[in-house]
Amino acid sequence: MNIRDFGGNGDDVSQIELKRRGFRRRQTGKSLLISCVSLLVFAAAIYVIFSHSEGWARVQAAYFSPERFVEAIPKVGKGLLLNIKILCVSVVCVGITATLLAVARTTRSAVLFPLRLLATVYTNVFRGIPMIICLYLVGFGIPALGIFGRIPAEVLGCVAVSLIYSAYVAEVIRAGIEAVHPSQRMAARALGFSHARTMRIIILPQAVRKIIPALMNDFVAMQKDVGLVSVLGGVDAVRSAQILNAVNFNYTPYVVAGVFFILMSFPFILLIDRYAKRLQNREQLQGAV
Amino acid sequence: MSDPVLRLVNIKKRFGAHKVLRGIDFSIHEHEVVVMIGASGSGKSTLIRVIHLLERIDDGQIVLAGEDISDPRVNEDGARAKIGIVFQNFNLFPHKSVLENVSIANRIVHKLPKEEAERIGMELLTRIGIAEKANRYPDQLSGGQQQRVAIVRAIASNPQLLLLDEITSALDPQLVGEVLDLVQELKAAGSTILMATHEMDFARRVADRVVFLHEGRIAEEGPPERIFEDPRHPATKEFLSRLRIK
Ligand SMILES: Nc1ncnc2c1ncn2[C@@H]1O[C@H](COP(=O)(O)OP(=O)(O)OP(=O)(O)O)[C@@H](O)[C@H]1O
Ligand SMILES: [Mg+2]
Repeated sequence: MNIRDFGGNGDDVSQIELKRRGFRRRQTGKSLLISCVSLLVFAAAIYVIFSHSEGWARVQAAYFSPERFVEAIPKVGKGLLLNIKILCVSVVCVGITATLLAVARTTRSAVLFPLRLLATVYTNVFRGIPMIICLYLVGFGIPALGIFGRIPAEVLGCVAVSLIYSAYVAEVIRAGIEAVHPSQRMAARALGFSHARTMRIIILPQAVRKIIPALMNDFVAMQKDVGLVSVLGGVDAVRSAQILNAVNFNYTPYVVAGVFFILMSFPFILLIDRYAKRLQNREQLQGAV
Repeated sequence: MSDPVLRLVNIKKRFGAHKVLRGIDFSIHEHEVVVMIGASGSGKSTLIRVIHLLERIDDGQIVLAGEDISDPRVNEDGARAKIGIVFQNFNLFPHKSVLENVSIANRIVHKLPKEEAERIGMELLTRIGIAEKANRYPDQLSGGQQQRVAIVRAIASNPQLLLLDEITSALDPQLVGEVLDLVQELKAAGSTILMATHEMDFARRVADRVVFLHEGRIAEEGPPERIFEDPRHPATKEFLSRLRIK
């Protein structure tokens, strides 16, 4: 028998290694089979329990009615577009504001003390306010000032979401900045980089890489909090579901909205996971220094 | 003789009550290689950091090519950009490729066009024999390769002076050689170098002048043969004899 190495470099592989590989392959196949079977058993058990429970028919009619489900998709989907729009704008605002806040908080010079103080107060205040209160304050407070005339609900929603999440994300970025080894700052300064350039080209890119999982978490939280702007009257996915619910007295549209929100977060989570993994080993250098 | 590349006048530096540098006077001329030796804690690293304006001095003057760079009106970043420095730990930028590491200062600080900066970078990488790794990332290089990249990164923008602080002490013995060979090459190419090291054999081979630091002062300086064969200051004698016993 003359089997070649998987690596393709032409080395012959010993019998022992071949046995090990065979064993690992069988092992992988076995565990795959086991997990499939257990998943099926689990799903069947849940189905049996639910479908035999007394109120199942009622619950199914109220929450999982197929006709209502199909009927709700276009309306809720259209509402979701508004959520996505608000989300996109907010992400950009949060990205910019949070970075500025984080950088302001990591400055050291005495001259910038007021800036540092302001940033500190801001992050601590806005991390403490519940989203819904901020929405009410912004949504009804700013228009009441009467300076800007009529402001669309989605704009106010963007402002409220950005205010809160800038504070959260600023703290995450700050943690990332502080996690970059000080020798990196020194090395950049040694090459003649200014403070600002050191931050932008050397520190922030490394900081962001370190905090990608945390940022992703905040992003997913933001995706669903964007659904709260419905309290301001914008016709988003949640609001559309609410309207349908008021017409039919059926809760299925809410389920549709929920499914949409989950689906919305899914591709992003996969994408970021892959990205983070790819870049992780690049940072290992830090550990060796 | 021409103006020295670097002239230190009565440099003093203290950390709290601890006086680390107690008045250092010293010059280094173009194409000269000066090796600084001295016991651990004698202030070698501090002196190097001070020259690079990473620490502020308490007294004295640092004159780089005729310009007093310890003057607060001087643009520190500009002055730093004229001095290359390599630390004990390589400090390559882990999120930049090897080629980007050696071309970034030329691009960003010295405003060369990207192609030009990368051409210079490739030339340097070719010189140290790792051109084929240009697009790898630092963590994919060996320690010796990383340190050589750090050295060429420091010289990529033609600094007037190169400061090397114990660049081999984080390396396996067999990697030390390849890094020191590079320093010798730089010397042959005419670089002006001030280095702190514990590699006495290397100091002897490469130095034009050896400076012995003791208790924050230059206790003794001279050509390597003289310092190593015939040390005059008692502290130098003791330092060198302790090394021999080991
Ligand atoms: N940032 C600092 N704060 C306080 N003390 C310091 C600081 N940096 C250095 N020192 C002290 O200054 C003295 C000189 O340190 P330095 O690093 O210059 O020594 P060195 O000659 O480079 O020694 P080695 O050969 O071990 O590298 C030491 O006693 C050290 O403890
Ligand atoms: Mg030292």
